[in-house]
Amino acid sequence: MKKLMLGNAAIARGAYEAGVTVVSSYPGTPSTEITEFASKYEEIYCEWATNEKVAVEVATGAAITGARALSAMKHVGMNVAADPMFTASYTGVNGGLVIVVADDPGMHSSQNEQDSRNYAKASKLPMLEPADSGECKAFVKTAYELSERFDTPVIIRLTTRVAHSQSLVEEESRTEVGVRDYSKNIAKNVMMPAMAKGRHVFVEQRMKDIAAYAETSELNKIEYNSKKIGIITSGIAYQYAKEAAPDASFLKLGMVYPLPEKKIQEFAQNVEQVYVIEELDPFLEEFCRSIGVKVIGKEKFTLLGEYTPELIRAGMENRAPQQFEAAKVPVRPPVMCPGCPHRGIFYVLNKLNLHVSGDIGCYTLGAAAPLKAIDVCVCMGASISGLHGMEKANGRGFGKKAVAVIGDSTFMHSGITGLIDIVYNKGASTVMILDNAITGMTGHQPNPTTGYTIRGEETRRVDMELLAKAIGVERVRVVDPFDVEEVEKVVREETEADEPSVIIARRPCALLKFVDYGKPCEIDTDACKGCKMCMKIGCPAITFADGKAKIDPTQCNGCGLCMNICKFGAIKKEQ
Amino acid sequence: MVTKIMIVGVGGQGTLLASRVIGNAVTAEGYDVKVSEVHGMSQRGGSVVTYVKYGDKVYSPIVVEGEADIVLAFESLEALRWSHYLKDGGQMIVNTQEIDPMPVITGAEKYPEEILEQLEMRNINVTAVDALTIAEGLGNAKAVNVVLLGVLAKHSNIAKEKWVEAVRSTVPAKFLELNLAAFEAGYTAAY
Repeated sequence: MKKLMLGNAAIARGAYEAGVTVVSSYPGTPSTEITEFASKYEEIYCEWATNEKVAVEVATGAAITGARALSAMKHVGMNVAADPMFTASYTGVNGGLVIVVADDPGMHSSQNEQDSRNYAKASKLPMLEPADSGECKAFVKTAYELSERFDTPVIIRLTTRVAHSQSLVEEESRTEVGVRDYSKNIAKNVMMPAMAKGRHVFVEQRMKDIAAYAETSELNKIEYNSKKIGIITSGIAYQYAKEAAPDASFLKLGMVYPLPEKKIQEFAQNVEQVYVIEELDPFLEEFCRSIGVKVIGKEKFTLLGEYTPELIRAGMENRAPQQFEAAKVPVRPPVMCPGCPHRGIFYVLNKLNLHVSGDIGCYTLGAAAPLKAIDVCVCMGASISGLHGMEKANGRGFGKKAVAVIGDSTFMHSGITGLIDIVYNKGASTVMILDNAITGMTGHQPNPTTGYTIRGEETRRVDMELLAKAIGVERVRVVDPFDVEEVEKVVREETEADEPSVIIARRPCALLKFVDYGKPCEIDTDACKGCKMCMKIGCPAITFADGKAKIDPTQCNGCGLCMNICKFGAIKKEQ
Repeated sequence: MVTKIMIVGVGGQGTLLASRVIGNAVTAEGYDVKVSEVHGMSQRGGSVVTYVKYGDKVYSPIVVEGEADIVLAFESLEALRWSHYLKDGGQMIVNTQEIDPMPVITGAEKYPEEILEQLEMRNINVTAVDALTIAEGLGNAKAVNVVLLGVLAKHSNIAKEKWVEAVRSTVPAKFLELNLAAFEAGYTAAY
């Protein structure tokens, strides 16, 4: 019987059926569940690596020594993983190696909208793009065959609507492929100039061979229908285009790099007008133009965001997309949860009016009103190194009015190197590590500071206090983010100090199952003066009506932060 | 024919579980199905929307403006926000619970008034349910999502047993009894 399965679950299922034995990844929406689902299969060794570069290196080592291995990441994770990936393209594999990248058109949960198909071309690696969960599973299995046949890592590209949509999948049994024999091969696997020169020749020939394979592969399917309009497309855009133009002919590309030149030309010759429909960059379109195929593409369809069937219909019909009259309602942006330990920190940083160099995680929400406490956020780890740059550019006076804010998992990912840079280069910045005992935004993955592995087994815990001290930070403080008076005092002291300092704000994520603050808080309306101090923390459970604060008991988890803010003792809680 | 359902609400209300129950119920009926979910940052108390589409063959997993058959709204303001996604004569099921969004909390904007009246003015059918009070009556406010599923089930052309089976196979075992009661309460409350 077919089973309803998330695209990410189907990727994991495909890896399982293909006999994969090693999976190493770093979480990132919309890719996280691939590795979480993979960890449910006992036959697969699974781990959360410290970052995507480490993950791809682990998978590459496993593949070179004979195992089928996989690493999954979000699009910006591929930027981190690019270094090993570009050279693993040269070494090739032994056991198959598949790298899954999940792009996020529309930026549901990302800081940019990059199109990772460009990486396939840049790193000279084949890339497959499934369009639903069934293809997710099937393409992973095909990817392992291609990887071993052509001696190459293979990239599978997903987008949010494939990764996070469920559709029907037929489960099959696992094929045990075992671990292939490994023998030392310096010419193939040691990428020094002399050997890499030889491997580059191999890589160029390999890509020609794969391009020839693409001409006849089942991955690239032509569906002839009315020959008035032909649509070249791939992935989720295929699904939208099928709904928008059911009568058109289709060239559905399951392999988006390298592309089948002859097949595209043949298709174009057999239809009157060719459209290329693809989200984000004109990747397929530019190839078509480069081989002299006349197509209609980005002049009709936007470079921005996600497509819809209606957007495609409108583009093909030369009109604006149909819009229905929407009610005028306030926006509802994401917010820090009630009871979030980060809230107290941003309350203090806002109060002290400090420059805040931010990072990637739930705490980026500290930039939203009413806290508005973050100046800059670029990428994983950039809070610390970015702050160092700010201080070197603007002097110690600026540094005394600035802090970096980073989460525990993000600090492990790429914050440590920035902190070492500060110590080594005589910086004096203050770095706040918001340790909420979990990787929060991506849905609660353990990390090296939690003391647990992906399967919940106990392991050695990285002690961040000791780590900071070991790399030369002598001023290390630990605070409770709910104790706002103490947080303020410590932040003042550490920003004033003319040497590097680390403040660890420690309290678990409010959504962790063991966190229980008991009954919700209540306003004593007689004592409430209506001063709105408690509104400054931006808690979604606290509202204001008829001159008094009000707490919604279905939202409040009783954390009590507001009780520490209220100067009139007007917020109480039943014990 | 493809049936298009949207589940809208506030991140954290349990819309994801609801969409999975619906997905499993229609899968058991033998339909082709697609369920599109929201994960990550938008789940943190923001406006969230998931789609369920089923029929002979489903291509796109998303629903566009003016074509939804049913909108199941977990929160009143969200019902209003997404109401133009319903087709003419479509069915709105709205939980009367109100959760203030941040612009309302900070005082920059006001929570809309007379939401039900505004919905009624559209060419759609509106069913309003106080699912929060029903869930609290069962002892757990978190069961709001399954109460609303019960209401939806009553409005669907899928047999009640199939729904109950889908609830059984989707919710965690330790909350099964609560959720079965919540489903029944919603099913009974629906009109």
